[in-house]
Amino acid sequence: MDNPLLYLSISVLFIPIISFLILIFFGKRLPRRGDWLATGLLFLNLIISIIILIGLTNSGVYSISFEWFNLGASPLFGELRFSAGFIVDELSAIMLVVVNIISSFVHLFSIKYMEGDKKYHRYFAFLGLFTFSMLGIVLTNNLLIMYVFWELVGVSSYLLIGFWYEKKAPYEAAKKAFIVNRVGDVGFFLGILIIFTTLHTFNFSEIFAGVEAGRLSGGLLTAAGVLLFCGAVGKSAQFPLHVWLPDAMEGPTPVSALIHAATMVAAGVYMVARKFVMFSPDALTVITYIGAITAFIAASIAITQNDIKKVLAYSTISQLGYMIMALGIGAYTYAMFHLVTHAFFKACLFLAAGSIIIGMHHKQDVGDMGGLRKKMPITYYTFLISTLSICGVPFTSGFLSKDSILSASLAFANINGGFHYIIPVVAFGVAALTAFYMFRLLIKTFYGEPRNKEAYDHCKESPFVMTAPLVGLAILSFFAFYTPNPFNAESGWLVKMLEAPEMILAGTSGAVYKILPKVEFLEAVHHAHYTAMFLSLLCAGIGILAAYLFYHWKKVNVKKLTETFNPIYKFSLNKWYFDELYDKTIISGTFLLTRVSNWFDKYIVDGLVNGSGSFTQFSSKVSGKFDNFFVDGLVNLTGGIVAFFGLIFRKIQTGRIQTYIAFLIFGILILFFIFRDML
Amino acid sequence: MEVGLNHFLIVSALLFGIGLFALVSRRNAILVLMGIELMLNAANINIIAFSRYGGLGVDGQVISIFVIILAVAEAAIALAIVLNIYNNFSTINIDEVRTLKE
Repeated sequence: MDNPLLYLSISVLFIPIISFLILIFFGKRLPRRGDWLATGLLFLNLIISIIILIGLTNSGVYSISFEWFNLGASPLFGELRFSAGFIVDELSAIMLVVVNIISSFVHLFSIKYMEGDKKYHRYFAFLGLFTFSMLGIVLTNNLLIMYVFWELVGVSSYLLIGFWYEKKAPYEAAKKAFIVNRVGDVGFFLGILIIFTTLHTFNFSEIFAGVEAGRLSGGLLTAAGVLLFCGAVGKSAQFPLHVWLPDAMEGPTPVSALIHAATMVAAGVYMVARKFVMFSPDALTVITYIGAITAFIAASIAITQNDIKKVLAYSTISQLGYMIMALGIGAYTYAMFHLVTHAFFKACLFLAAGSIIIGMHHKQDVGDMGGLRKKMPITYYTFLISTLSICGVPFTSGFLSKDSILSASLAFANINGGFHYIIPVVAFGVAALTAFYMFRLLIKTFYGEPRNKEAYDHCKESPFVMTAPLVGLAILSFFAFYTPNPFNAESGWLVKMLEAPEMILAGTSGAVYKILPKVEFLEAVHHAHYTAMFLSLLCAGIGILAAYLFYHWKKVNVKKLTETFNPIYKFSLNKWYFDELYDKTIISGTFLLTRVSNWFDKYIVDGLVNGSGSFTQFSSKVSGKFDNFFVDGLVNLTGGIVAFFGLIFRKIQTGRIQTYIAFLIFGILILFFIFRDML
Repeated sequence: MEVGLNHFLIVSALLFGIGLFALVSRRNAILVLMGIELMLNAANINIIAFSRYGGLGVDGQVISIFVIILAVAEAAIALAIVLNIYNNFSTINIDEVRTLKE
């Protein structure tokens, strides 16, 4: 613990919780209700985390563990030692900077966005709590501690989604988010238990050492990997647990930008990346396909949604699917790279959406917008840059990261062959869909004639505290921050820093999938790079062109098209009927179960209880009768006999000494006559 | 007829019986005391008779002197008690003096 970076990382972890504590207890009494304090602390945090990142580039990995508590020896597991600790390596340092940049910008943005809210100070307190928990996930080197922070993140997300709990929709959404996440977390916890029972440790490096030594292998390793991934499925809104994220958009928009676009949902990706080296080929197959399915489903839903935040939410799910898929195919570096770039442009998109929503006086339907380009120029340009970035247009950060993932997916298919070609097909298809729906959103919002004249007339550009974060995040969407070469990220500092670790099971193959050693895999990616770049540009171009044809130049009658393909349109508009499906199956199944257990409780359990009650009542009546007649009778009889004799003998006790003397004489005379022979 | 031991004993027994009867039947405290005196004197006659006809000798006379003295002392104390009873209860009927019983 002699390295200053460790002290700095600990202070980075605890500064947001200090902000939370101060605001939750004293926020009401502080001037301006403490927003300057929270924002200031977060910017301080940002500076410290940048120092950590810079300090780390020329030194190694720092980690520290200490014993948290010890439950003593147990017959099954030996000594139960629970440790806690930090790790500062490239991965966590980069995540620190990303989380702090987004969090501090969101704090700044919220000052105006949440102005005048009743619970203003509490909002900033919750932001602090969230940042603390997220940084905890990033900094820990221990599964148990990660699980604790994982749940804390869930709680703060719950608090922030349901921030306006006076209304029905937000609290319903908060409950949904929390419960759906719980489903994934059960899997996560079971995975932790498998690891602990086999390896007796929570520490990451000890776990990896244990896997390398073969103490956890085969089907159990796959099960552990898939179960750990379940946590990511919940938190990162992957199919089939993606249903909570669109609903979570009921929370304040800056919260959506911070939690449900950039950081918390990336926690799942981070978690998988953190344990990347221990996954078995079969677990990686599951991860790959879940990611691809999610990316496709979400993109197909996003093209028909009309709520600006819903489109962005599905776009987020789709991009998270990309990252998960990238991890599954072994492209660790590119997944994390995409996580970083996506965090910035998606946070920018969400904050821009927030700016639009404020401008439109809380109207979120794109049907009410249109022509906002002239009214909100800064918002427009930042939104445009982020959109270009997410679509993968050259010279943006999104182009670099997406292109890397697409090349990796192509390389993966080339290596494994067969039906695995579906992965790059889905990936490129989703890229085209992404370009289409993002430009659809852009055109519908900013171009054309205003569709709601009244709202349009009242609309004006947002103030500086809101546009400044937008501009900052938009600038971070340019390639120059990541690499000097706008067409290849390989030479950039970020990719170099996020060099993939060698997988423990590299070179082994599962049922359908072979993990290649790192060098061979990178070779294959290089080989696929130019093809992939060409194809991705083509896809993005087709998507953008289609969006312009459909919505700007109106060459294609969209209405007619939706009528022709009505079933498909309806299917997408209703989000593949996932909510209805879950409603019909899981939720009504649960209700059925509750009814059955209610019946069981009412008739069987209550019957048993009541039966034993009436039996006791009956037996108590019997023994009451016995008591009354027999026991009391005996007691009374004894008493009666004594009283009877008392009645007789009390006559003698006159209290007169003369009577006693008379008896005495009489007695003596009797004795005298009895014993006279002996005299 | 020569007066002998039996005559004395009969007189003494009669005297004792009369005393006992007075003790048991009288309600007046003075009369109860007189009954006691009679019984003591009956005992004295008995003892004197045995000292004359039996083998008791002068010892019997000494014992009876003691008994007379004892009777005097007893009478003095008992009469004092009776006087006190009379002062407190304005009666010497022993049936009515029953504060100890209550």
